[in-house]
Amino acid sequence: MAEKSDGILQVKSLRKNFGGVVALDELSFEVHDGQIKSIIGPNGAGKTTLFNIISGVYPPTSGQVWFLGKNIGNIRAHVAAKMGISRTFQNLQLFANMTVLENVMVGRHCRTKTGFVRSALKLPGAVKEERLTVGAAMELLRFVGLEESAHRGAATLPFGKQRLVEIARALATGPKLLLLDEPASGLNLRETEEVGKLIQTIRDTGKTVIVVEHDMSLVMGISEEVLVLDHGRRIAEGPPRHVQKHPEVLKVYLGEEIPHAQSPEP
Amino acid sequence: MGKKNLLGLAALVAVLLLIPHLLGNPYYLGVLVWCGIYSLACMGLSLFMGYCGQISLGHAGFFALGAYISGILTTKAGLSPWPALGVALLGNLLVAFAVGVPALRLRGHYLAMATLGFGVIIYVVADGNPFGLTGGPSGFGGIPRLFPKFSLFGLIRSDDERWYYLVWGIVLVFLALLLNMVHSRVGRALRSIHGGEPAAKAMGINSARYKIETFLLSAGLTSLAGSFYAHYMGFVNPPPFGPMLSIHLVTMVVVGGMTNLWGAIAGTALLTILRERFRAFHEIGLLFDGFILILIMLLFEEGLFVGAAKRLRGVVSRRRPAGLPGGASRQTAGEG
Repeated sequence: MAEKSDGILQVKSLRKNFGGVVALDELSFEVHDGQIKSIIGPNGAGKTTLFNIISGVYPPTSGQVWFLGKNIGNIRAHVAAKMGISRTFQNLQLFANMTVLENVMVGRHCRTKTGFVRSALKLPGAVKEERLTVGAAMELLRFVGLEESAHRGAATLPFGKQRLVEIARALATGPKLLLLDEPASGLNLRETEEVGKLIQTIRDTGKTVIVVEHDMSLVMGISEEVLVLDHGRRIAEGPPRHVQKHPEVLKVYLGEEIPHAQSPEP
Repeated sequence: MGKKNLLGLAALVAVLLLIPHLLGNPYYLGVLVWCGIYSLACMGLSLFMGYCGQISLGHAGFFALGAYISGILTTKAGLSPWPALGVALLGNLLVAFAVGVPALRLRGHYLAMATLGFGVIIYVVADGNPFGLTGGPSGFGGIPRLFPKFSLFGLIRSDDERWYYLVWGIVLVFLALLLNMVHSRVGRALRSIHGGEPAAKAMGINSARYKIETFLLSAGLTSLAGSFYAHYMGFVNPPPFGPMLSIHLVTMVVVGGMTNLWGAIAGTALLTILRERFRAFHEIGLLFDGFILILIMLLFEEGLFVGAAKRLRGVVSRRRPAGLPGGASRQTAGEG
């Protein structure tokens, strides 16, 4: 099936219907190991739907998603995390009832295994695992520059920092593939730049990153490849420079010239 | 479990050991036995509601099942009390599994309705005297004692004292175990489901499974409480196990602060003692539950104790110069 491809993720003829609405229409593309790939497109192009299918929130109507040589089309969300796919959410989904540190510790859930009985009895294995979890979470908070805020309530942080907590939490699951849903939305210029650098650092540690984003300077600055969607279909794909000049992309973003509407010369 | 909780446990043990020597009237000891019995059920419900963020208006069903299975097996099948209690527990877990698997696919109001329905079904079955087992509306008595008369070298003087030490001993063991549990990977998983299920799932948490496991755990604790009820009363009949018991259990958990195991015990103790104090006005009890529930929801979302403490702290700090950062966020879960 996946002949001579080094793709960590292959999407094949993916379709998703919500009732009569076609959110994804026979979409196919590939993501290479260790690259940053951005997915852009107007609102309603199907970007978040795509993320939801890859991360197991719901199954596709038809088509396949291959991750590391396995068809994960009908995978459930918690299994996807265990397999190495992690994500953030477009509108922040931090656990407001927990501290920053605890939020990131939840991310370690799928890499740890203390259950009801062992935690209730506080067996030595459980205590050791808890200590390692705290350590790993603190290290990630240092990585995103938030160790000072570790014990604050997650909802008390400013918006930009909450985004960083979400990224740290997603990294805590130990992903091979990281899906970032609009990581710069709601951030100011400086914060956006920092998130861009952070994403590149994450890529440099050997992870593959897919970014859905509207901020074009961020997308064009960090991506190896850009995929442009419109109405659930691929209209362009390639390196940023190539995509920027693609006529279809210009049409989608800037609007189409309507030949008959040209004003007549006086 | 942190230092705070260890200190709390030590303090609770000390108070519990002192109480029998301070109370003149043995009747009060009986009230405290009831506090202990309901605390078992409420700790379980606190996990399910406060930590896991679900709702059950059917826990009276588990309570009734525990009481009736224990009662029936010991009076009609000649089983000894402890094995009967074990069978009641297993039966309850099976029923909770059968009810939980479909019901926990529901959320919010729908889950409340489904569990309420379950509670009503158990009540109606108990009332209907199937196969002459439950004794119908008048119930049945003659349920044997749970344990022989022990006196621990003359330290224990009455049956109520025996019950008191037994029930509270079990409450303390479970409190310690559950405190450990909520301050662990499992407790975080439960709270994350409460905080946002889609994100919890994305972090690899099998939320459906955790919800059912917590439901089973709380049903098991409630079953235990029900079995103790049957043996302590020596008699069971349907009225105490109606849907109002479910609501009473929820009220006790909410009064104490949902995301707080200590609160479950404190809320239970407060409401049980109040109920006994105003026993003469029994009919008002229902109104009272409703009134308290509304009051707590309006004024003290985190429960009477944590909420009132924060209000108090707020009043105090407002008298001080401004600029001092106010304690923990309203959003973070209580120490529990």
